[in-house]
Amino acid sequence: MAAGRYTVVGGGLAGLMTTIKLAEAGQHVDVLSIVPVKRSHSVCAQGGINGAVNTKGEGDSPDIHVRDTLRGGDFLSEQTSVRGMCNAAPGIIYLLDRMGVPFNRTPEGLLDFRRFGGTLHHRTAFAGATTGQQLLYALDEQVRRFEADGLVTKYEYWEWLGMVKDEAGRCVGSVAMDLRTNEIRTFPAEAVMLATGGPGIVFGRSTNSVINTGTAAGRAFMEGAIYANAEFIQVHPTSIPGQDKLRLMSESVRGEGGRVWVPKKKADTRHPNEIPSAERWYFLEERYPKYGNLVPRDVATREIFDVCRNLGLGIGGKDGVYLDITEQSAKVQDKIKGVLEIYEKFAGEDPRKTPMVIFPGMHYSMGGVYVTFEPGTNQEPAPNSPKNQATNIPGLYASGEAEHAYHGANRLGANSLLSCIYAGIIGGPAMVAYSKNNAQRAGGATTKPFDDARKQWMERFEQIRKMNGSENPYQIGKELGDVMTENVTVIRYNDKLKKTLDVIRTFKERWARCNVLDTSNNANRSLSYVNQLWNMLELGEVITQSALMRDESRGAHYKPDFRLPEPKTKDPTQDPEWMKLWKARHEKWAKTTVAKWTPKGPEITYENISTPVLDPEPRWYA
Amino acid sequence: MDSHDNGSAGRKVTFKIWRQASPDHEGKFETFTVPYYKGANVISSLMEIQRRPVTSDGQKTTPVVWDSNCLEEVCGSCTMNINGTARMACSALVDKLQEPITLEPLSKFPLTRDLAVDRSRMFNALKQVKAWVNLDGTHNLGPAPRQSQAEQAERYVLSTCMTCACCLEACPQVSMDNNFIGAAAISQARLFNMHPTGQMNAADRLRGLMEAGGIQDCGKAQNCVQVCPKEIPLTTSIAAMNRAVTVQVVKNLFTQDEPTKAAGGPA
Repeated sequence: MAAGRYTVVGGGLAGLMTTIKLAEAGQHVDVLSIVPVKRSHSVCAQGGINGAVNTKGEGDSPDIHVRDTLRGGDFLSEQTSVRGMCNAAPGIIYLLDRMGVPFNRTPEGLLDFRRFGGTLHHRTAFAGATTGQQLLYALDEQVRRFEADGLVTKYEYWEWLGMVKDEAGRCVGSVAMDLRTNEIRTFPAEAVMLATGGPGIVFGRSTNSVINTGTAAGRAFMEGAIYANAEFIQVHPTSIPGQDKLRLMSESVRGEGGRVWVPKKKADTRHPNEIPSAERWYFLEERYPKYGNLVPRDVATREIFDVCRNLGLGIGGKDGVYLDITEQSAKVQDKIKGVLEIYEKFAGEDPRKTPMVIFPGMHYSMGGVYVTFEPGTNQEPAPNSPKNQATNIPGLYASGEAEHAYHGANRLGANSLLSCIYAGIIGGPAMVAYSKNNAQRAGGATTKPFDDARKQWMERFEQIRKMNGSENPYQIGKELGDVMTENVTVIRYNDKLKKTLDVIRTFKERWARCNVLDTSNNANRSLSYVNQLWNMLELGEVITQSALMRDESRGAHYKPDFRLPEPKTKDPTQDPEWMKLWKARHEKWAKTTVAKWTPKGPEITYENISTPVLDPEPRWYA
Repeated sequence: MDSHDNGSAGRKVTFKIWRQASPDHEGKFETFTVPYYKGANVISSLMEIQRRPVTSDGQKTTPVVWDSNCLEEVCGSCTMNINGTARMACSALVDKLQEPITLEPLSKFPLTRDLAVDRSRMFNALKQVKAWVNLDGTHNLGPAPRQSQAEQAERYVLSTCMTCACCLEACPQVSMDNNFIGAAAISQARLFNMHPTGQMNAADRLRGLMEAGGIQDCGKAQNCVQVCPKEIPLTTSIAAMNRAVTVQVVKNLFTQDEPTKAAGGPA
């Protein structure tokens, strides 16, 4: 088959891995990225990448990794993809090793592994505490090699605006804008991969990078792509509060022995180093003796919230608990040097000597653009199936945080880098297979849909350029973030969710009264932002609406008004009454939330989940 | 989600920011006054200006254009000259800067607008030195050769280079008119020449270092190592690559005319 032309949108791990697989198959790839790909948000991942390589004599295996992941996600994950991912994980880590990632080593020179949340095994390969950066660089280097060979063309500082669809509704390309010249053009493609990351900026301040507005996913949703499990938003238990962002403090700090505590005395004014250990409350260790500080993220986040907000035991009576790595040796501290330096730089205290002050921060969206997989043998995605990573729109694919499949109701730490890379590994070949099965090549399509799409976007931006109202778009963005953070993160109440939806609708009205602030035609970022802001409002709406409608508590989605009582036994399966309640709840709600865009707001239905890999069971970590 | 102290109420911070609509336009400084709060940095202040793009003397203006992304000094985007020194804006805390805080674009790269510049020459330099491992393919071939903890530690620090451009901006040899690749790319050549598989193509990288704009253009001013935000031992890398290049030059003298045989396969 002759080489085709494909578009990959986004230059993080998922996008670059897709690019490598396409280029390796001899295909030409146009990579569109808002920032130079080497600066993508994947660099922010700190702790590591999971793979059951089992080098510590613990009897770990990919099957246990599957079980931890499905339990961690409270049985909302797409199971075949999780199985495929966990089985591929050791090979993926070896591949990255061959690419030259400077993974930490054991004395024998083998790959070292650390512990992470939601598992009892040492399963996380790491490069200091900047693993995401190191992985992204490795893929960036391989893509640069293909670029030097002429197979890959990068369009950096180009923003994806929307799809080009043919008469049959297939995605045959994209419209994009050069953020330096504001030129708008189309990119014909056999297939398009959206690897555009998560919607963190919809929550204003989060651990996300500033480009993570979710704008591409929001636009794809408006153009007919299904958005699934939108309500599942991970709030990371440990971040450094800040006015511009909530900087992540890696789970690896706890993986390397960091302990979470608060003074037992309310609003204790003593310096933490002067509080004797008998007067400290290590609440995670006390409440979860088996997993201790390494309970999954949703659990740790709720406990920290409870301690600060309900018990009033936060440091100085405010939001914040101690994350303490001071007891560990210099050698151990050195393994997480990268993140300790971030704390020191931004908080101004040396965490090697003084416990850090941290608080939960919005971190990751488990939900995203809905994708499918074709089950093959061994309940894994069938190799080279065009249905893998495919959205409901023919020719449009999604991978990485932009899609919904792998992490269910809660993602385990160090599974995100893995899911990005695995999705690229199966997504690239899926796009080639799709093109092969397609009777008509994209190149053969008429130019009309491209001309129309370009014209439509030129007109839209001309309209935006004329917006001269009284509202500042960045101010609306900030207010959206504030209301989303307040009402749609850790603890959710239906009345507040309803109010949030009303507020988002008023934001939409205010959007129409925006001032574009800048009418020039050179690197006009406001122009781009006004367009993005609308897509952010659409995502805010689907996230909130989905949260409102799911009347249960599962993983990161927690509603105090809809939760099961505490079981009477430590192992809940030993409490038959409780198991009845659990089963009833599970039958009603163990479903994927499926949202379709309408001009009046998202239309939400539920889809049953097939469980070929593992039967759901109650999730408990005590 | 946070309820931390907003610091001294009413205090303001003054910024003097270079404004230039495009390389073809004249540039000028504009002065802005933004609210102070504890922990504020240059980027958070630029965001304040976005929400209220009005100069200190009450003139409406356009929001400032700058590059940034991660805001935790790991993506390399937000390099600019702050009070005359090239550094990352996200980690430039207002509390530690003298006022007025002067922001200017990097001077050794083509201007895009205001504080944003085009650093593609750095990414092109990575192509010139072939900063990658020549992988056979992405299929399963097991792990890379074993590496010692000491080797890992040495490579890791080199691998934290985020192509931020501080080292090029500080280098007296780099200018808009020349093509010197600078310390970052030289150090990346060393990173891959240290890898057990990467070193199989060490000679290719050294040849890249000997091309136009290569290591011979280094004037040994040693400014690079002083401004690197990641404290990468750039001058050590340059010295190591200088030695390797010298050895390569001698090798080239003796092997120049010999055709290279395809490695491995049957003749």
